[in-house]
Amino acid sequence: MEQKEGSMDKENRAFEPKIIAFLCNWCTYAGADLAGVSRIQYPSNIRIIRLMCSGALDPTYVIKSLLEGADGVLIGGCHPGDCHYISGNFKARRRVAVLKTSLKEAGLEPERVWLRWISASEGAYFAKTVEEMVLHLKRLGPNPLNSMWAI
Amino acid sequence: MIKSARLNSVGVFVCHCGINIASTVDIEEVKRQLAGYPGVEFVKDYQYMCSEPGQLLFKEACRSETVGGVVVASCSPRLHETTFRRAAAEAGMNPYRVEIANIREQCSWVHHDEKEKATIKAVDIIKSVIERSKRNESLSSVSIKTVKKVLVVGAGISGMQAALNIANSGIETYLLDREPSIGGRMAQLSETFPTLDCSQCILTPRMVEVGQNKRITLMTYSEVEEVSGYVGNFKVKVRRKAAYVDWDKCTGCGLCSEKCPKKVPSEFDRSLGRRKAIYSQFPQAVPNKTVIDRESCLYFKTGKCRLCVEACPLGAIDFEQEDRIEEIEVGAIVVATGYDLYEKEKIEEYRIGYCEDVIDGLAFERLLSSSGPTQGRVLRPSDGTVPKEVVFIQCVGSRDPDHHLPYCSRICCMYTAKHAMLYKHRVPDGQPYVFYMDIRSGGKNYEEFVQRTIEEERVLYIRGRVARLYRDGKKVVVVGADTISGKKIEIRADMVVLAMAMRPSGGIGELSKKLKIQVDQNGFLSEAHPKLRPVETLTRGVFLAGCAQAPKDITDTVSQAGAAASMVLELLSNEELTHSPTTAWVDEELCAGCGQCVAQCAYGAIELDTRRKKAHVNDILCQGCGACVAACPSAAVNQRNFSISQYYSMIESIV
Ligand SMILES: Cc1cc2nc3c(=O)[nH]c(=O)nc-3n(C[C@H](O)[C@H](O)[C@H](O)COP(=O)(O)OP(=O)(O)OC[C@H]3O[C@@H](n4cnc5c(N)ncnc54)[C@H](O)[C@@H]3O)c2cc1C
Ligand code: SF4
Ligand code: FES
Repeated sequence: MEQKEGSMDKENRAFEPKIIAFLCNWCTYAGADLAGVSRIQYPSNIRIIRLMCSGALDPTYVIKSLLEGADGVLIGGCHPGDCHYISGNFKARRRVAVLKTSLKEAGLEPERVWLRWISASEGAYFAKTVEEMVLHLKRLGPNPLNSMWAI
Repeated sequence: MIKSARLNSVGVFVCHCGINIASTVDIEEVKRQLAGYPGVEFVKDYQYMCSEPGQLLFKEACRSETVGGVVVASCSPRLHETTFRRAAAEAGMNPYRVEIANIREQCSWVHHDEKEKATIKAVDIIKSVIERSKRNESLSSVSIKTVKKVLVVGAGISGMQAALNIANSGIETYLLDREPSIGGRMAQLSETFPTLDCSQCILTPRMVEVGQNKRITLMTYSEVEEVSGYVGNFKVKVRRKAAYVDWDKCTGCGLCSEKCPKKVPSEFDRSLGRRKAIYSQFPQAVPNKTVIDRESCLYFKTGKCRLCVEACPLGAIDFEQEDRIEEIEVGAIVVATGYDLYEKEKIEEYRIGYCEDVIDGLAFERLLSSSGPTQGRVLRPSDGTVPKEVVFIQCVGSRDPDHHLPYCSRICCMYTAKHAMLYKHRVPDGQPYVFYMDIRSGGKNYEEFVQRTIEEERVLYIRGRVARLYRDGKKVVVVGADTISGKKIEIRADMVVLAMAMRPSGGIGELSKKLKIQVDQNGFLSEAHPKLRPVETLTRGVFLAGCAQAPKDITDTVSQAGAAASMVLELLSNEELTHSPTTAWVDEELCAGCGQCVAQCAYGAIELDTRRKKAHVNDILCQGCGACVAACPSAAVNQRNFSISQYYSMIESIV
């Protein structure tokens, strides 16, 4: 679980993590669109689900994603102060923080869940975030729940 | 509406977008993969779905196919969701049954070199949208009839301007102020920077215009008692305070005030002059009516006097009058309640120097005003002599987050320069000093104005804060430091004028609660967006203007009032307002009445019926953000077409 890049074995390198992303309509979803319009290439490991606001993220969506076998979950919202609905992103931040502690208690790495503020103009940052997350998850290895079910 | 359609079945269109999608995503493969997917009735592809023929194809399917919904796999929903939904509506399908799967911006364009993976991803994206679509409900937008009347609260220059703009566009407007007259603070000013127009001379004609406008109903000496309803349909209870004078009879002749024996300090003159217990606020007041100040009136206190009753030729005095509650209905509200000055008593370090000759900026305006208590002569309030050395102190209470207010009051640099200049005009052999932190003179011709004051009027500008004031005989000693030379400075002044920080008007807290609008950390009204929605509040139908939002000069106040008026007109230009139906709703069976959702909603759209212990969402106020859905511990709150089960099924379909 604590592998460093050097010690990444062959199997892990071949491992393609699956990421579910919950992006707010007004900022990060638009940022992802901009990455497309700018033709910035990034790994195809991500599946995006649109939320109206990051504040609409019910923590059970993240839990459900992980239980179903996703290797990571990305939550994207507007920068603090920019939420279309005033303070949804702060609500998201609080909920994700609480969620991460419970994940830890349940024995799941909290770093599988990323919360990022990405604006509609930050297409490149969105692409970079996906790239980094894929790399990070490759290092972390597959969702342990997955192999548990696989047995 | 939809002929024998199975509501949970969908048709799928896959768009090639020329080669934009098709050169990366293998369309044939996508079709193959989706063909047998549960609920999918058909999968069709086309070169350009958004083109004329593409739209025809789409509409034909909406009309004839027996599907409950349609998924268009194409570019981002941010581009063409509206296009396809409109087309569906034209073809007789509920527009909310059309969903877009974004396989261009979020797939083909970003995975050029991974054609196989891009194809798999495209299939996943479409599947997840199919899942959502299968669970969509037919919705129709909520519509509300609007009352074409407007209430403007606060009749300073901002409220007057907004009311005039709205009324002149043909809409009935109520203009309410808690004072007996309209005019606000501007009526107290002498001359105005940067042009030195006499304030009364430019204000009075406006006040008359407002007073004579047929579509403006003045409600002065009134307060907002209660507000209910919502955009387009507010019901407002207005308290018409008892003036103890029948305004229908009163002509404002002033005979009553002449006879009244009771004198008290005049609020309008910042206590530099006196008024009677029965008084009109100022000579140019609109409406020109008198009121009795019950607290000072001898008759109310002792049961004796009634000199005004004898004086009034029209029998207008009415000691029996009571407050009245009047109910009005309006479609929109503009809040323009202006500002007060921070109390100088709060400045501890100056307190021992306080005497009658240490006054605030508005009091100095009254001294400068030709209709003021000294007819425009600058005289010391204590002994009526001409002050020969006057110290003006800027930023008193402003920009001091540790002790007072953190923000810049924005106009004190300008009016202090004006004060120093006007003082020199009145007392040519006098010496004005200005203590400043730095000069903020951003505005058309503002910098030139300040420079003129410094150079032509020979006003001494000293950079530094004043540490304290103390009294020495008839003088007020000002102790400060010049931060440029590093020297300690002491000036034995005849008069000190404090440029007190501007604060929101007293009572703004209660008013904002009644209107369900927000105030910022300093108590000023919050705009919906600092850049793009500067005159809207987050409560639809409530707008703001003037110093109630933040300190500003008359120029900005008037511009902002015009902007607020145009937003009101835009809102009321429709007979009906429509509102997106993808709102939240509460399943009463599941709702435990905990009320957590209520606190989550930034729009005050959820109310808890405490008796029934059930939450309820107001469709018209709900903006569809979903915050309450995520917060409900009982999963009793759901958002239409963004339901929890829709998200669950989307997740299942792609992991
Ligand atoms: C000393 C001084 C000098 C100035 N000199 C200049 C100058 O030279 N040039 C310039 O451009 N600007 C100047 N200004 C600024 C100017 O006064 C303001 O820009 C302007 O008055 C703001 O108008 P307003 O309508 O927003 O607020 P206000 O004039 O404050 O009007 C608000 C109105 O709302 C009413 N009200 C408040 N609360 C309620 C309530 N709860 N219910 C009902 N009614 C309510 C008040 O009675 C008042 O009539 C000066 C300010 C000061 C302090
Ligand atoms: S969806 Fe958002 S706006 Fe609507 S009621 Fe819930 S919290 Fe309020
Ligand atoms: S709308 Fe983007 S976080 Fe709320």
